[in-house]
Amino acid sequence: MKHSQIDQNDPRFKIANKEALIGVGLVVINFIWWYGFAYGLGSVPPEEYTYVFGLPAWFFYSCVVGTLLMIVLVIIVVKGFLTEVSFEEEEENR
Amino acid sequence: MNWQVMFPLVIFVISIFVVGFWSSRYLKNSTNFLQEYFLGSRELGGFILAMTMVATYGSASSFIGGPGTAYTQGLGWVLLAMAQVATGYFTLLILGKKFAIYARKYKAITLIDFLRSRYNNNKSVSILAAFSIIIFIFSAMAAQWVGGARLIESITGLSYTSALFIFAICVIIYVIIGGFRAVAVTDTIQGIVMLVGTFIILIGTIIAGGGISNIMAELVSENPNLVTPFGHDGGLTPAYVSSFWILVGVGVVALPQVTVRAMSYKSSKAMHRALVTGTIVVGFIMLGMHLIGVFARPILPDIEVGDTVMPMITMEVLPPWLAGVVLAAPLAAIMSTVDSLLLLVSSAVVKDVYLNFIKPEATNKQIKQVSFSVTTVLGILVFAIALSPPDLLIWLNLFAFGGLQSAFIWPVIMGLYWQRGNEHGALASMIVGSSSYIIIHNFAPNMMGVHSVVFPILFSLIAFVLVSFLTENASFSSTNKLHA
Repeated sequence: MKHSQIDQNDPRFKIANKEALIGVGLVVINFIWWYGFAYGLGSVPPEEYTYVFGLPAWFFYSCVVGTLLMIVLVIIVVKGFLTEVSFEEEEENR
Repeated sequence: MNWQVMFPLVIFVISIFVVGFWSSRYLKNSTNFLQEYFLGSRELGGFILAMTMVATYGSASSFIGGPGTAYTQGLGWVLLAMAQVATGYFTLLILGKKFAIYARKYKAITLIDFLRSRYNNNKSVSILAAFSIIIFIFSAMAAQWVGGARLIESITGLSYTSALFIFAICVIIYVIIGGFRAVAVTDTIQGIVMLVGTFIILIGTIIAGGGISNIMAELVSENPNLVTPFGHDGGLTPAYVSSFWILVGVGVVALPQVTVRAMSYKSSKAMHRALVTGTIVVGFIMLGMHLIGVFARPILPDIEVGDTVMPMITMEVLPPWLAGVVLAAPLAAIMSTVDSLLLLVSSAVVKDVYLNFIKPEATNKQIKQVSFSVTTVLGILVFAIALSPPDLLIWLNLFAFGGLQSAFIWPVIMGLYWQRGNEHGALASMIVGSSSYIIIHNFAPNMMGVHSVVFPILFSLIAFVLVSFLTENASFSSTNKLHA
């Protein structure tokens, strides 16, 4: 099929566009959390570091908690914000 | 030779072959050879999709090079590596359903099929794309083979040549007989081995180091910079580390070995499951593997070659039989990357060169023969090159991921989400992206303190948008205008 024959008003594309924006949102949250804790807490001299479970606090919050946070957010997004669509081509003969 | 270490590895290799033979049954019964061989008939479920994504992407660098650098740099390198968590969800959400639907409508089997159909069958777009995929993916693959053979060499004590021979035979056979389905299913096994291996080595290393607090105290007494985000000599600046979010994070959507997976899954349900599984698996493997590199430092303080940190710490902290099981993990990581790349280069040669330019009217039987022989010849060629890798190869490999990203990222993303983007914009974007990357990479590496890939990606975006607007009237069809 040629590109110009694809119906851009296909309702599935609205869903897909929304979900791509969610992806951008997630990566922005991920980055801010990662950057904020790493350089917010990690920029003081190492003698002043506090430790959580043996790891420096900046690392623990930025990398360990940050990863867990993203896993939780992805689960919430998948359960609550993504829509199932069919990939079959039922409207091909329209 | 250490048979306690060898035995689990042999079991691992045999199980990989079983999967190859199992998958070849699907190939025999398939009515559409191309679609089955290069795409597994678009039947991947969520778990396999997640594992093949992670395993293909998590290559020698995450299991050998990454931990080695973390050993030298300390926690700052683990911080950098965690940018890769984004690949777990970002790729599938961005390419997402739109790419899956487009690929089905276009009947696309390769990334180049997608680009060709999206950009009005423009010949220059497909030739340029095929050319860059074949050159860069081929070099990336050859470099991984070198890594795989070195690993077998260091574990078993075989010579480099025989190690390479064993590695080559394994990979070539199951890729040829099983195609994409074999690659995806073996990737899943390899992914599980990677996951379990990471977990066991991490625990073993923490115990051997006397607990995390103890390890950290020893790192601080050696060099306090090792526990800061700035690297062992303070050289890792926030701008440089952050720029890796493009190279190993969001830019990954443009890698052809990743995009082909985004057209191979069965349903949106599979995609949803893969999002969750993929994020968990990639997060755990990246965090675990790089932490092992840092934690290994107080235990084995005098390692000079970073690449040997992983095998050495494993042999050090685990009993031999268990070391054999988990050393299958880096081997699995390398295998699962090269198998995907081998198939990808084959698909570019068969589908994008042979069927497009040489023999469009080939019968199913001819396609089958050509596919098998192309994969075999490519496999032998990589083997020959890996025997004594030329300097050019090392250079091309370093260049490969950034080069592919700067060439493809906007033609793919804008192709999906910006209807006014056209073939002239795509062509300009590919040329500007890859040539500015070559120039910056060679003459001004890490310009303005960020990784060389950052500016080319910016330039290629500007080129895409600008040229698309300038040439709009020439190629903008009325149908597109209605729906834009």
